[in-house]
Amino acid sequence: MREDVVIRTVCRAMIPFIQLFALYVILHGSSSAGGGFQGGVIFASAFILYVIAFGIMEVRRRMHEKVVVALSSLGLYIYAGIGILCILFGAGFLGYSAIPLPVSAAETRGLMMEFVEIGIGLTVMAVMTSIFMDISVKEGGED
Amino acid sequence: MIWEFNFAMFIFLVICAIAAITVKNLLSAVVILSAYSLIMAVLWAEMNAVDVGFTEAAVGAGITTVLFIAAISRTTRRSRD
Repeated sequence: MREDVVIRTVCRAMIPFIQLFALYVILHGSSSAGGGFQGGVIFASAFILYVIAFGIMEVRRRMHEKVVVALSSLGLYIYAGIGILCILFGAGFLGYSAIPLPVSAAETRGLMMEFVEIGIGLTVMAVMTSIFMDISVKEGGED
Repeated sequence: MIWEFNFAMFIFLVICAIAAITVKNLLSAVVILSAYSLIMAVLWAEMNAVDVGFTEAAVGAGITTVLFIAAISRTTRRSRD
């Protein structure tokens, strides 16, 4: 475990802004550049920065491996669930405008697209974090 | 499209690509590959493919560099061929 106060302070100041930017990229995916994949990767890089600054054990304590696996499958369930919901309402897979919401068709499409992007972002974030954790941890100790 | 800027970027791109496969120190190769990815992201953005450039900057220059360095730290640092 490293005890460098500069790295810890800078990371503690940077990580919330990185996560906020990742959420911005995910939620503005349908209207501008970016999307679920890029936002998820940026979100995962915040966790990687946290591992570099505070050690793998701190992250394991805050975000257990079961939580990571659950998040990665939750994103997939959101994606497939919205797709199959569209099939149940009579359209094709991910045919968004068939879902009966009390807003216009274009707004329904945008809203459902955001949910799909959130699912993709969750899965990408969890899988990237779990790959980095599995590579960076050694058999005996940490880091 | 500024063709002088594009030409200079392409020269840097080719230099980075050749250097990344000839250098013996694997850590240097990873850093050069990251620079290659950054130049490629600038080129994508300049060719009006902002989404692809964004992906290249986030994945190519960010995540893969970290994953390569983590893999190097578990194996040897110098290439043997």
